[in-house]
Amino acid sequence: MKKNLLQRVIIIAIVTLVGLWVVIGPRHKPTLKDFTLAGINNTLRENINLGLDLRGGSHLVMQVQVPDYLKRVTENVANGVQTAAREAGYNVKSVRPEVSGDNYRVILEAEDNSKLQQMREQLPNKVNDFGSNVWQSTASGNTITWEMAGGAKDELGRRATQDALRIIDTRINAIGVAEPTLQEHGASNSHQILLQMPGLDDPERVKALITGESRLELMKVVGSTNPTPITTYPTQQAAIASLGGTVPQNRRVLPYDDRDEPTNAGQTPAPKPGEPTSWVVVESPAVVDGSELRSADAVQENPVGGDDGYSISFTLKPSGAQKFGTWTGQNVGAYMAVVLNDRVKSAPFIKSQITDTGQITGNFTKDSANDLALTLRSGALPAKLLYLEERTVGPSLGADSIRAGVTACLVGLALVVLTMVIYYRWSGINAVVALLLNTVLTLGGLIIFDATLTLPGIAGVILGIGMAVDSNVLIFERIREELQSGKTVASAIDMGFARAFVTIIDTHVTTIVSSLFLFVFGTGPIRGFAVTLILGLLANLFTAVYVSRTIFIWELSRKQGRVETLSI
Amino acid sequence: MFQIFQNVSVDWLRYRKVFILISVAIMLGGLASALIRDRTEGGTEAFNLGIDFKGGTVVTADFKQRPSAEDIRDRLRGAGVSDTIIQPITDKPGQVMIRLPKLEADENVSAEETQVIVGRKKVAEALSTFGVQVEVKQEFPAEGNAFKIIGTDAVGAVAGEALRNQAVAVTLLALVGILLYIAFRFEWTYGAAAVISVFHDVLVTLGFFSIFQFEINLTVIAALLTLVGFSVNDTIVVFDRIRENLRMHRRSTLYAVTNDSINQTLSRTIITNGLVFLSVLAMVLFGGDVLRSFSVALLIGIIFGTYSSIAIASPIMVWWQQRLESGKAQATPAAGTRSGGGGAQKRPAAGTRNEKASAAAR
Repeated sequence: MKKNLLQRVIIIAIVTLVGLWVVIGPRHKPTLKDFTLAGINNTLRENINLGLDLRGGSHLVMQVQVPDYLKRVTENVANGVQTAAREAGYNVKSVRPEVSGDNYRVILEAEDNSKLQQMREQLPNKVNDFGSNVWQSTASGNTITWEMAGGAKDELGRRATQDALRIIDTRINAIGVAEPTLQEHGASNSHQILLQMPGLDDPERVKALITGESRLELMKVVGSTNPTPITTYPTQQAAIASLGGTVPQNRRVLPYDDRDEPTNAGQTPAPKPGEPTSWVVVESPAVVDGSELRSADAVQENPVGGDDGYSISFTLKPSGAQKFGTWTGQNVGAYMAVVLNDRVKSAPFIKSQITDTGQITGNFTKDSANDLALTLRSGALPAKLLYLEERTVGPSLGADSIRAGVTACLVGLALVVLTMVIYYRWSGINAVVALLLNTVLTLGGLIIFDATLTLPGIAGVILGIGMAVDSNVLIFERIREELQSGKTVASAIDMGFARAFVTIIDTHVTTIVSSLFLFVFGTGPIRGFAVTLILGLLANLFTAVYVSRTIFIWELSRKQGRVETLSI
Repeated sequence: MFQIFQNVSVDWLRYRKVFILISVAIMLGGLASALIRDRTEGGTEAFNLGIDFKGGTVVTADFKQRPSAEDIRDRLRGAGVSDTIIQPITDKPGQVMIRLPKLEADENVSAEETQVIVGRKKVAEALSTFGVQVEVKQEFPAEGNAFKIIGTDAVGAVAGEALRNQAVAVTLLALVGILLYIAFRFEWTYGAAAVISVFHDVLVTLGFFSIFQFEINLTVIAALLTLVGFSVNDTIVVFDRIRENLRMHRRSTLYAVTNDSINQTLSRTIITNGLVFLSVLAMVLFGGDVLRSFSVALLIGIIFGTYSSIAIASPIMVWWQQRLESGKAQATPAAGTRSGGGGAQKRPAAGTRNEKASAAAR
């Protein structure tokens, strides 16, 4: 008994001290000042991450660059029309997108006007995402012009904003920003997005991640094939000159990062003036693009450790894999450009047919590779995002509400403690000790897992504390029952704990199981709630059962021999 | 020893029809409120959804001397704008962002531009009690406080359809987890009864929110999750006692055992739930406006969570278990002793008359 007690006390002392140190221990070299009331208060603030609702954070307004998006839509439709015309065997001289001011047109020029009407009616049906109410066609001479309707522009812009919202949401959840708020902002034709997120250690990284376009394209490099080295040009002008002075619709001239430039968070560094960059000519449209991606992961190429030498390996969806497989089969020996945000990241030659996997190499660090993989997985943004304003804001719940909430919690806790002590007398103290320890351990868990505390999280703490009180009440009531049935104090305590233990396990495991579902499948507030609740319940199993028991054992061993009465 | 209850013996299950009738009445009341409000043109909607769910207006004001958030909220309420979120901009000393939900107005406010104008007007009216309003480009006057409205924007919902659907889907999944675990530890009828009573609690709480038009915002989701956990906890405590008593008293009927178990756990129920109730009441009284929806949802949830573990979960479990057993008894009339094993399902079937008799005999 004595030895058992000593062992229990030592374990409890260690857990308590570690918990306390995690919660109120300063992260710098401690001084005496850190242990005054104000010092502890400060350390608590530093140690516990508070969410947007409790502490405030950044307020970012960004705008989806809709013209950018409309231009890309126009280009895609032009490409689609061209492919459709070729496949249907029409005699077409050129199909080109034309953007002038606020007008977006696709212009088809035929060799002769004999089948013009037929083309005008049939081609749109063969183009994906054509949207017959978006494009209004006119025909004159040998040309058909599809022009984007005014109302359709707004509609497309709204759709782009919605897509951007969804993608940003996926991205910030994937980085683990706790409970941001994301909403449309301004009039519906302003295409703005408002993001508020809690104070972060590295806001610049998050900002870069959010706006990272991550447009991936796999394109064929025009020019020599293996074993001759890849055809590159020292300047953009030289590349264009090789095409005869103008870039035709089916070619693009892109800068080629000779695997030297560091890349950051899916954002492309602007080509620095004066620096030698080479240029390549590629075939447009791309063989496959980012929309065909199934997964993307950062991998270390030569696993020697360190943070460098990372690349991104990706796999394609079945539809993309089929296209890619056919194309690589026909182009063995050719150079394939891996293009990210209009820059060629790498251009390996095709050794043999590849179906669904590929790599983006380019001297990534661990973080930049992970960030890029993350943005690739979440999908490409429909268009560039521009930050319009950035501010620091106070807590969204309002400082006054938080103060009121804290007061209410303290009043509630005082009521609980008072009732427990009055009703269960000395044993009530036992419950109070367990409660305090439970709070310390829950907070400690939050800090260790670097979780962020928000209002839903506090709701989880409240439920956890409620169940901690309940565990103690269950045990005490059980002990009382056993005492009434005439058992000795020692055996009443034994039986009380044994019986209540079954109930406590059942209630706790049920709640932990359901919270795990909330944690794994939920986001935002739901997840915040689950985290603190799970931590609180785990702490409970220790405090209510183990610590509480130990105090009773100690009580018994203090009064040597038979104990007649118990203050409960 | 100071004790509230000693040797209680209430025949709780006798009132099961009354209990269930009360619950059904409350749920129907909530449903009626939601439906009628939904159908009535121009009236309020089924639920009073806040800015988190419906979007609203953000007004940015710049003060010469920024009043406290509480003060601003009070003035706004005075001007008839409730459920506002006041968020100071910390890097600009005078500025504050005021979020308001969509406002009801006399004119047609379907277009968001009009909504923005209405919001701006209301805020300006409320803030002018602090000082004079000056134009954006003007300087503040030397005397007294003054303010400018430097921006008004419509904002969309924070919790879009996606989050709402996710919340519902994830909660349902969690309930399936609860069902499975209780089925594993007890019987599946126990699990089903527990989950039904949790549904009841959530529906009743939502019913009250519709009837009294309390604002539903994101914090209410947290409160609903909390009350689900709380209610399940309560139900399991009773079920656990039933299981234990069934093992110890093999002769008594499930009906009698359930009554006994509720009575035996009653003092625990009163103390625990009473304590939680008091804490939440403190939050309703002292927690302030912004937290009110949260604390009211919790308060309703705790009252009905306690009620439902006695009045809904237990009767449903007993009823279901008896049905199963009588079905089994009819299917195998020649079955011999059903003792042994000790599970609730293997207990002798008891007719209603027997139960009443045994309850009366005690």
